[in-house]
Amino acid sequence: MLESMGYSSWALTALLLLPAFGMAAVLIGREEHAKHLALAMSTVAFIVSVPLWFTYSAATPAFQFTSSIAWIPQWGIHYRVGIDGISLLLVLLTTALFPIAILGAYSYIARRSKAFYAMILLLETGVLGVFVALDLFMFFMFWEIMLVPMYFIIGIWGGERRIYAAIKFFLYTAVGSLLMLVGILYLFFKYRALTGDLSFAYMDLLQLPLTFTEQYWLFGAFALAFAIKVPIFPFHTWLPDAHVEAPTPGSVILAAVLLKLGAYGFLRFLLPLFPQASTHPTIVMIMMVLGLIGITYGAWVAAVQPDAKKLIAYTSVAHMGFVVLGIFALTLQGIQGAMIVMLSHGLSTGAMFLLLGMLYERRHTRAIDDFGGLAAVAPGFAAVFVFTALVSIGLPGTSGFVGEFLALIGTFQTHPWVAVIATLGVIFAAYYMLPMVQKILFNSLTRPENLRLPDLNGREIAVLAPLVAGMIWMGVYPKPFLERVDVTLTTLIETVERKSAQTSFPLGMEIETDAPAEAAVVPAVPVTDGTDGTPAANGARPDSRTGNIVASAGAGADAE
Amino acid sequence: MPVDLSSPADYALVMLPEIVLSAWAMFILLLDVFQKGSRSEPSSSSMPWLTLGGVVLAVIANAWIAGLQETGPAGMIAVDGFRIFVNFVFLLAAGMFVLISTRYIDEENLRLGELYVLILFATVGMMVFAGARDLMVMFIGLELMSLPIYVLTGINRRDRRGAEGALKYFLLGAFSSAFFLFGIALAYGGAGSTNLQEIALAIGVDGIGASTLLVVATALLAVGFGFKVAAVPFHMWTPDAYEGAPAPVTAFMAAGIKAAAFAGFIRVFFTAFPDLYGTWDAIAIWLAIITMASANLIALVQGNVKRMLAYSSIAHAGYLLVALAAASVLGAASFLFYSVTYTLMTMGAFGVMMVVAQRGEERLDLDAYSGLAWRRPLLGVVMTIFLLSLAGFPFTGGFIGKVFILRAAVERGLVLLAVVLVMASLISYFYYLRVAWYMWFREPDERTSDPPALAPGMMVALVFAAVGVVLLGVLPGALLELAERSAAGMLQIPAGLTRFVP
Repeated sequence: MLESMGYSSWALTALLLLPAFGMAAVLIGREEHAKHLALAMSTVAFIVSVPLWFTYSAATPAFQFTSSIAWIPQWGIHYRVGIDGISLLLVLLTTALFPIAILGAYSYIARRSKAFYAMILLLETGVLGVFVALDLFMFFMFWEIMLVPMYFIIGIWGGERRIYAAIKFFLYTAVGSLLMLVGILYLFFKYRALTGDLSFAYMDLLQLPLTFTEQYWLFGAFALAFAIKVPIFPFHTWLPDAHVEAPTPGSVILAAVLLKLGAYGFLRFLLPLFPQASTHPTIVMIMMVLGLIGITYGAWVAAVQPDAKKLIAYTSVAHMGFVVLGIFALTLQGIQGAMIVMLSHGLSTGAMFLLLGMLYERRHTRAIDDFGGLAAVAPGFAAVFVFTALVSIGLPGTSGFVGEFLALIGTFQTHPWVAVIATLGVIFAAYYMLPMVQKILFNSLTRPENLRLPDLNGREIAVLAPLVAGMIWMGVYPKPFLERVDVTLTTLIETVERKSAQTSFPLGMEIETDAPAEAAVVPAVPVTDGTDGTPAANGARPDSRTGNIVASAGAGADAE
Repeated sequence: MPVDLSSPADYALVMLPEIVLSAWAMFILLLDVFQKGSRSEPSSSSMPWLTLGGVVLAVIANAWIAGLQETGPAGMIAVDGFRIFVNFVFLLAAGMFVLISTRYIDEENLRLGELYVLILFATVGMMVFAGARDLMVMFIGLELMSLPIYVLTGINRRDRRGAEGALKYFLLGAFSSAFFLFGIALAYGGAGSTNLQEIALAIGVDGIGASTLLVVATALLAVGFGFKVAAVPFHMWTPDAYEGAPAPVTAFMAAGIKAAAFAGFIRVFFTAFPDLYGTWDAIAIWLAIITMASANLIALVQGNVKRMLAYSSIAHAGYLLVALAAASVLGAASFLFYSVTYTLMTMGAFGVMMVVAQRGEERLDLDAYSGLAWRRPLLGVVMTIFLLSLAGFPFTGGFIGKVFILRAAVERGLVLLAVVLVMASLISYFYYLRVAWYMWFREPDERTSDPPALAPGMMVALVFAAVGVVLLGVLPGALLELAERSAAGMLQIPAGLTRFVP
């Protein structure tokens, strides 16, 4: 039935437009309707996104649900969208978490709510745009514009040091992205020099033969942008400030969705575009070590935080360390693990920030020492809190375990000792998480203010229930998630390994256009057709596909 | 319609916009004199609308001459898309000036006929300067655009800062004109002509090459242009002149004069000295780097918004110098595109600043912006758009313009210069966003009084500029194409053009 409505061609566009329309509606509508409108629009977006999960074909690595419209044809910029397994999961995480975050904000955001919900919806459009963009220029525009609503969310509705946190967030994340812009323009220029065509299309730029030196510098420009966003130590210092000062829904979105953008950038752009640089042993080792530092350092710093929200913020640094390890191990399990860690972290940290926000609304404090013995007065709250903490630690049977376990297995295959050290990180997680749980929920109830804390109300249960369900689902039966990324990731890894193995590019492969004669071109094998032939065969028979960059590149993008 | 510039009659056709505007300016001048007689009182309140009418007439004339085809020898005035395009930009700046200045001029008792006349003459000067294909004509244009602006800077006689700024501007401006003139003399000595095309032919075809005389000439001309575009280290007059001049005049200087100076800079260096690129590229690159770096750093510590915007305009001169250093069709085209969005966003930002500053330009401090966005949402939103565009954020014209410049630089192989540009704009984020954070994040203090309701002209100008900036950011395609076509028109010698043999 959906197909008869042409679902696959408009689904992603609708996802981008719905929140944007919602923003307009919120701004036009009345102040007291703002939150309902925002909730309604984000829920509609979620409902529209659900069929993606069912109709996505896990058997092919090609981009699906694609559509393409000329946007700025003078520069070869197109509105190009499409998703593969990686973006499928992240798009669904985004669409699912926004309504939850908005519902969680219902009583938290008391003033200037129109502007707030408009910003949240604008943010949703921005994030989804990043996940579905298949044009590097379009990707960059969404990547940058996303900063603006987050800047306002932190700066207007944040805590005491909100201005400092907002500026820091903004400047840190902008540093990297601007250099990435130069990198993108360089790729664009390179493509034009080789083919004579203007294109920012992902599938086109993927075919570019780059020398190692070029890859090295471009890797640096892109990796900085993504590393700051992830964040990887030592670029993480914006994160605790931004998380702590942001209002609860802002923290939820920041942790659950925005942190995934960096890792997404690694998978979507860094590995396939610069395969030689990103598999170079030294670079891989640097990333691994930084990931390890993130895991251990994040955990240790978290352990000494008196502020519960800050503690959770630092756990994000630790969790993202596992993601980095999994990605750069470049094994199927490793990246699958990274994907699950991302989703699991989105749910568990999102839930954690919501829980702390609920505490804050009741007591107007986040200091761990101000609580104690809450398990007795608010048992429902305590149950969810304990469960979420255990997911964060990585208890078997929950999503946290599946993700970290896979990431560690994947890392062990290529870098055993890194995996051994990283495993300690799981223990550290217990070391910072359990004392907090104990101090807040158990211990003795010393403070009279805590005696009459109301337990979770209906809305709060509705906010938390889907998150808890998701964490259990992914922990008990992760297969649906894994199989949807399986082919995508296998193809990705094969492509990266094949391309990085080509130490020198085969010569004598002139392009049929008026490109410079000295240009050496790699045989254009679309990343998406991993089904035919072994990688070795493709590399050995370059003449079969005489470097016809344009034709084969287009075929991949428009396959669906 | 074909025109042959060897016949003087055709000049009248080619220079129709300039002629229309000059005639209109003189008409206004006379009208004002006859209306007022010998009484000392403000001019008629119809003055701004009359001026706007003249601008509209010039726009029509300019659109009409866009269809002209040049035949015959290269004349003293260019007939190409580049000139038509920049003329529109100058007229846009003049029109915006009239719209944003109405209330300000009434409040400061500046409703003088001569103010409008001077603006129109300055606009004519800008058009002549940017459209000249001969260094002598260019010099006339330079003086014609500069002298009215010197006067306008100090037109508020009761304001000491204005007098100071005007004097500094005048002295340094006269100084720079001398450099420029000396450069012309040396260029004539080296190449035997003041015609840009002739100079280029003499250098390239006759094989004079990089003779010392010509190298020095390019350096001196660059100094002259550097003063006018306010490139560091020739920018010393800018902060004082910009701060001292009445706010609408500052906006006009920051947008219009700068665009004109750049248009002349690009025309001379791209069409007369393309073969000397190897000697002047270093000048352009270093001027760009120094300008971008120092202006942005100084702007960072300005607490006065008017001064901050002055340094911001110097920083933007740095970005445009990157387009100059790229020395290609793309470079010229990126300048054209940028000049449109720059005019809109700069004049818009100055407009908001004027509203907030209130009578006597008293509130130029950042505190005046506290909570502005919540008290006056329209002002807050449009100012945020201008600031984001100045900073170069996606979905605004400023972003596309910057990307265009970056693209020109990268394609010329100036990747490092491109990196400097992005690092410089990163610094600029901070001071642009600071205004945004005052407007949105802070609560107003007790000293802050609400700015008065917007005058209709101001409202139209602000909304028009904001919509324009966003439109150029979302759907820039048509203007990008036009800019590229116009720039290409300047750089190719028309087929029918023969070499003028004396």
